[in-house]
Amino acid sequence: MIGSPDGRPRTRQTIARDVPEFDVHDLDQPTRAALAELLVTIADDEFVLGFWDSEWTGIAPMLEEDVAFSSLAQDEIGHARVLYEMIARLTGGDADDIAFGRPAEAYRHCRLVDHPRTDWAFSVCRRWLYDLADSIRLSALARSSFRPLADVVAKIRREETYHLMHMDAWMRRLASSGLDSRVRAKEALDTLWVDASTPFARLPDEALLIAAGILEGPLDGLADRHRDMATDFLRELDLQPLGAPSGTGGRQRPPVSTSFAWLWNEFTMVRRQDETATW
Amino acid sequence: MVSAAISAIPLEQAIWAALDEVHDPEIPTISIVDLGVVGTVEVAPGRIRVAILPTFVGCPAVDLMCAAVEDQLRGFAPQVQARVSFAETWTSDRITPRGRRHLRESGFAPPAPLGEPDGRSDLMSPLLPVAQCPYCGSADTTLANAFGPTLCRAIYHCAECQQPFEQFKTI
Repeated sequence: MIGSPDGRPRTRQTIARDVPEFDVHDLDQPTRAALAELLVTIADDEFVLGFWDSEWTGIAPMLEEDVAFSSLAQDEIGHARVLYEMIARLTGGDADDIAFGRPAEAYRHCRLVDHPRTDWAFSVCRRWLYDLADSIRLSALARSSFRPLADVVAKIRREETYHLMHMDAWMRRLASSGLDSRVRAKEALDTLWVDASTPFARLPDEALLIAAGILEGPLDGLADRHRDMATDFLRELDLQPLGAPSGTGGRQRPPVSTSFAWLWNEFTMVRRQDETATW
Repeated sequence: MVSAAISAIPLEQAIWAALDEVHDPEIPTISIVDLGVVGTVEVAPGRIRVAILPTFVGCPAVDLMCAAVEDQLRGFAPQVQARVSFAETWTSDRITPRGRRHLRESGFAPPAPLGEPDGRSDLMSPLLPVAQCPYCGSADTTLANAFGPTLCRAIYHCAECQQPFEQFKTI
């Protein structure tokens, strides 16, 4: 369920300013709802990963990486924000309510980002797998018939170039920096690989989006490309993970994982103190 | 109407000139016009709308820019709106030659020109991690961190004068 509780005033004036303008009546109601569902899955992926990675601010292995990883996290939260604003316009809700006002059970992020930050190798491997998936997903969305989304995606993709460049370099570094680093990277990949395709989880009303040209085809049709690209790169590094991605199913559903319950508590903490505060 | 068209031209020019006095909140030596973040300016009777193109989607300075634009243009029309827009994509190639000079003068290397799209990532041009040192002009520099103190800045080191410096990112 997306939307704001009845009668709640908007708490931040800046939200209205930032909503990219479009006419919601261009789409019929069921398509609008399906689009909101698509956007919330992507926004939640970005938002949740952004918060996990922001946990490294101040404690990354070196100062430069502290700055870099924090920037990556800030980028993702910025992407989530613009998508939440778009959803708010589609559904008549409020972006802050969607971002911070939902119960933990209502978040729809994929399983790949439902792991805690763990150690540095784990966070690097997870972000690399995610950025690769995100770049493939964005590449498909750039051709969306829903112009406001295609426009934002065109901008986001330029930022993703830096993400991928940075994470490719870190993967090479982990693979070539001695036994401990390789063992940790391998363990992380073995844990994460099963969830690698989950950013492409099929949505219940995807057919409506495909019919409207908002999506070109089923999301899970992108998973093979991701798996192949990841496999090629990992083979080059001699870091092939065990097993195989277990399919694309697995967006968050109740029960909420222990790690996400903890993260949700962290990122909603300030707002829950005073829901009407403006800052 | 011819007369309206003629009188509209100086008004738009005056608006652009006023916008040129609004500076980037994070790098105050460059105007938002030279930075290329002013997309379109729409003038209608009693109303002005300005599209602001963010350098980064998550740019925290964009609210300040919109507010500064609305303040600056208040005298031109009863209704002034500055809105974020992605209808045009801001790229670092939008920075004007004068803007690039102002960046250099305040110790920032301007971004490198964008190249052709990259086949692998299918995202953007290949990133050439090159920058000319804004202090000594040397091209003998290395990228130290693609992520600098703000989203739009990268950190380099100059081998010639041994100075670290920042570049406005190529994006």
